[in-house]
Amino acid sequence: MPAFRRLIRHPWALGILGIASVLLLWWLITASGAVNKLFLPSPQAVWQAGQLQWNSGLLLKDAVASIQRVFIGFALSAGLALPVGIAMGTNVVICRLLEPLMGLIRYMPAPAFIPLLIIYFGLEELPKVLLIFIGTFFFNTLMIMDAVKFVPRELVETALTLGGRGLPILTRVVAPFIAPQVLDTYRINMASAWNLVIVAELVAATEGLGKRISLAQRFLRTDEIFMGLIVIGLIGLVIDLGFRALMRRACAWAT
Amino acid sequence: MHLQIANLCKSFGYGAQRKEVLRNVSFDVNAGEFVALVGSSGSGKSTVMRLIAGLDSPSSGVVSLDGRPVTGPGSDRGMVFQKYSLYPWLTAAQNVAFGMELQRRSRQEIRERTAYFLEVVGLADAARRLPRELSGGMQQRVAIARALAAEPKLLLLDEPFGALDIQIRESMQEFLYNLWQRTGLTALLITHDLEEALLLAGQVHIMAPSPGRIVRSVAVDLDRSAMGQLRLSRPFLDLREELAQCLRGLEPALPT
Repeated sequence: MPAFRRLIRHPWALGILGIASVLLLWWLITASGAVNKLFLPSPQAVWQAGQLQWNSGLLLKDAVASIQRVFIGFALSAGLALPVGIAMGTNVVICRLLEPLMGLIRYMPAPAFIPLLIIYFGLEELPKVLLIFIGTFFFNTLMIMDAVKFVPRELVETALTLGGRGLPILTRVVAPFIAPQVLDTYRINMASAWNLVIVAELVAATEGLGKRISLAQRFLRTDEIFMGLIVIGLIGLVIDLGFRALMRRACAWAT
Repeated sequence: MHLQIANLCKSFGYGAQRKEVLRNVSFDVNAGEFVALVGSSGSGKSTVMRLIAGLDSPSSGVVSLDGRPVTGPGSDRGMVFQKYSLYPWLTAAQNVAFGMELQRRSRQEIRERTAYFLEVVGLADAARRLPRELSGGMQQRVAIARALAAEPKLLLLDEPFGALDIQIRESMQEFLYNLWQRTGLTALLITHDLEEALLLAGQVHIMAPSPGRIVRSVAVDLDRSAMGQLRLSRPFLDLREELAQCLRGLEPALPT
């Protein structure tokens, strides 16, 4: 069966197989009635919960609210981490000044800042966005700094001996060289941003995917919890694939 | 063009950690000359190159180009490195154009000169290829084209063929010699390969390590009309043997 062989060798084949087996197992367990459906709802029930929330517009609203928080918080973090990381990677004084500080704060769990953020900024959007910022900024910065430190000296010096000076060295040598690592840094840390938004919403929010899950818990709606978890995972996956696609397009030389 | 290197000294570190890497290095390079510095690793030859390029500054002594002391890097001294010589995200043509863009030349001029210098190094067909799609020898030719396109008065070659296979290295040596003859460029070559230096350079300075210094300078006057035979010719082999002995004498004796 050459067609089947070709299918199974497709890079995605095994991954899809893995997901499908878990779904199948899930369905078998719930169909057999071995587990109380209050604890483990069937796939169909979860699908229906999803349809219901989609039709009422709730799902889209929650997703938009969560995605918006992630994007604002992460855009701030990424946008500020880039210049700071480059400055730390190129300047020894700035690096020595900031690296220990950042190394310290990086190890403080971001969710532990939630009580403070609520005291300072209340329950609106700002504390959630700031939580994402705090949780990703230091990782972004330190990883970008490392990328800059690994720019081969020769590439910079070649530009100097070709008449380059100052800013063009940064924009035309350092920036293109680190671009793939920066995108990868963002892709990896985006996952934490996505974690943090859910944590923030579990604590205090009026809408959002995390909020929906904690509400569902109150009414023992495990089908809605499952639905929320799956949607959160899917959106994260899409963002990850988006970063990979961007990387392939923008940094073809490095892939 | 006249490059003068006078009493160059360079030390790194302070106090007890102070390490003297160059002591009183002096020599000249005149327009159209091909000069080589030969020495083992640790002889400070790369440091001399970096001081000429202006990438480091000397502890004492002067590098001057046409009477003006060198204080920093500039496009009048083009450089080709052994490793990471090309920008991996730029095509061959974009790499050649890179220096001219930094110099803010007109688009028209950049286009013409890029095409011309790719032709000079025999890579007109590879213009649109990325460095990773080029062989090591081709990459170094692009790097040389890029350096030449920026119109340096002096081309600095820091072990440019050190990372290449031996066969490719030999053809690159002939390529470089022909290029030098055709374009009348002035070049300073750093190498640990005595044969390479003798094949290419009219003036060879032998450097000894710790501290780095010139121990012998030879004017090489060989018939280079047939490169292939030159490697095997009597005068070449005699001179090579003589200088190789000199180099061997500089190394601490190996235990036998």
